[in-house]
Amino acid sequence: MALDQIVDGLSEVSCDVLVIGGGTAGPMAALKAKLKNPKANVVLLEKANVKRSGAISMGMDGLNNAVIPGYATPEQYTKEITIANDGIVDQKAVYKYAQNCYKIIEELDSFGIRFLKNENGDYAVKKVHHIGTYVLPMPNGETVKRALYRQLRRARILISNRYMATRLLKSADGRIAGAVSVNTRTAEMLVIKAKAVILCMGAAGRLGLPTSGYMFGTYENAANSGDGYAMAYHAGAALANLECFQINPLIKDYNGPACAYVAGPFGAYTANNEGSRFIECDYWSGQMMLEFYNELLSGKGPVFLQLKHLHPDTISEIESTLHKVERPTRGLFQQGRGVDYRSESIEMHISEIGFCSGHSASGVFVDDNARTTVPGLYAAGDMASVPHNYMLGAFTNGSVAGIDAMEFADSHDFAEFDAADVVMERDRVMAPTKREDGIPPNQIEYKTRRLVNDYLQPPKVTRKYELGMRRLAEAREDMQERMIARNAHELLRALEVQSIMDCADMAAHASLYREESRWGLYHWRTDFPEKDNENWFCHTLLSKRDGKMTSEKRAVEPYVVPIADDEKDLYDKQRIRASA
Amino acid sequence: MPLASYQTSVPVVVDDAKCIADKGCTVCVDVCPLDVLRISDMTNKAYMAYDECWYCMPCEADCPTGAVTVNIPYLLR
Repeated sequence: MALDQIVDGLSEVSCDVLVIGGGTAGPMAALKAKLKNPKANVVLLEKANVKRSGAISMGMDGLNNAVIPGYATPEQYTKEITIANDGIVDQKAVYKYAQNCYKIIEELDSFGIRFLKNENGDYAVKKVHHIGTYVLPMPNGETVKRALYRQLRRARILISNRYMATRLLKSADGRIAGAVSVNTRTAEMLVIKAKAVILCMGAAGRLGLPTSGYMFGTYENAANSGDGYAMAYHAGAALANLECFQINPLIKDYNGPACAYVAGPFGAYTANNEGSRFIECDYWSGQMMLEFYNELLSGKGPVFLQLKHLHPDTISEIESTLHKVERPTRGLFQQGRGVDYRSESIEMHISEIGFCSGHSASGVFVDDNARTTVPGLYAAGDMASVPHNYMLGAFTNGSVAGIDAMEFADSHDFAEFDAADVVMERDRVMAPTKREDGIPPNQIEYKTRRLVNDYLQPPKVTRKYELGMRRLAEAREDMQERMIARNAHELLRALEVQSIMDCADMAAHASLYREESRWGLYHWRTDFPEKDNENWFCHTLLSKRDGKMTSEKRAVEPYVVPIADDEKDLYDKQRIRASA
Repeated sequence: MPLASYQTSVPVVVDDAKCIADKGCTVCVDVCPLDVLRISDMTNKAYMAYDECWYCMPCEADCPTGAVTVNIPYLLR
């Protein structure tokens, strides 16, 4: 098979701004950078193909966090996300998002992406969150990627598909200098010098193993193997609150959203096996997931999304959305099982763990300008630490990153990296191709992710974590000494396993550091079952120092929008109480 | 340790009669996020070379002749 044959090669190119990851945040970052300075060179590097990559590969049903004048205010949204995230939020970035996102909606509208309007011509925003109203359906949501791609072509962004970035390059004084990448079909290496780099590489979604046992049946796009988290870590950037795992309520086995954000506003709800509601609100928070988990184990499970009480026309409307965008094979899956929403509820389960600030708060630490702690390095979207970001957050913060990165590039020259770093990286990347005999990447990956499930999945038990870290260290040794890749495609998987292993280590390290329980199920430590605001009302930042993984506390920035004492625990009251 | 290959039933099926990969089309191979489709050296038609599927649909949706069908992977069906 000529396509995957390993070709020996190394070339070098340069650009002003390098955007890595062409899913959601990446295209917007590249576009904004280019529009900021049309004379500059902007390269968009993508492991798959920008036309169909990332979480919105098949589009999206709507915006989950639209702050639209007349329906919600930036203050209200900032307050809601602060409470939903248990107070550990630097509000400045969330507030800036809330102020800017309406402009981005108008811009997306000008790209040809439509948003649902009512008979008066106003946006038809729906309520899903606990307090405010932020969900806006997208009637032609399946066309999002196509619309973005048109803009990229028009702006003459240089797109390089099928290149996987493996490590960032820095100068001696710590500034970003570019990235090393490898062609996923030939294994040829490409060094890209850049004045500024924006990481938009998505969630770490291939961390836990789905209960189906199918390695690629993940909630997140299975291409999102956490490469951005690993690269940021090795470049010395700080990563925030990684112990705040992503865990989502999903269609059992299919492992995609059911999806309460679509069906909820029509009257659907989450129910137990008795047909009773048990949670106040279907918005995905750690507190809600804890109640979901408790219900599953209580004997009152399974848990279902209940639709059958709705009018058949309403069900058809919901169905047409669920089976057309985001995960269109949901229809095929239900058909295969003979499940008709009109007569049967949708069985749900809990997803594998991952990192994703898009739904929780685990991401590369960024400020309100999308800057990481490494000068010239930016991050946006699911992998950057602005919490509960979703798609609109990726677009909005991608836009912020693109503009700021181009300003940085315009005022700096190329930083010089050490050529020895490239040689070392080439040796690391190619090592699995040099062995005659060994263990294939799929086995190392399966074992690593099985260990993640066995030892790291909440509830988090200190002793289990210690054992898990020992087992992971053994698997890492196998990965470093014995992993074999016989063609370029296997090399791609071999490199992804290394990201997954790094993320597993970071998940364990960050979880042991925070000695309290917070964010409901996301960080439930049985040895420290209570929330401890006195000692742990802070971010945790994980980073690589002198080759070692370290964690430290970082104070939460003073709030821009104050939260009253009686509002702080609104998301803690998720369980429906029996009333007389 | 020596390697063995084991059998797996793959979710993406290509109808050779409709597939025009032999005329130069590579759309499904190009768009796949997991890069699991290839053109066969023997038949010059597209096929699923690696069982690493997110059952996401771009290959089926973008195929110009309707030759590609995505099924749910057996393990989670």
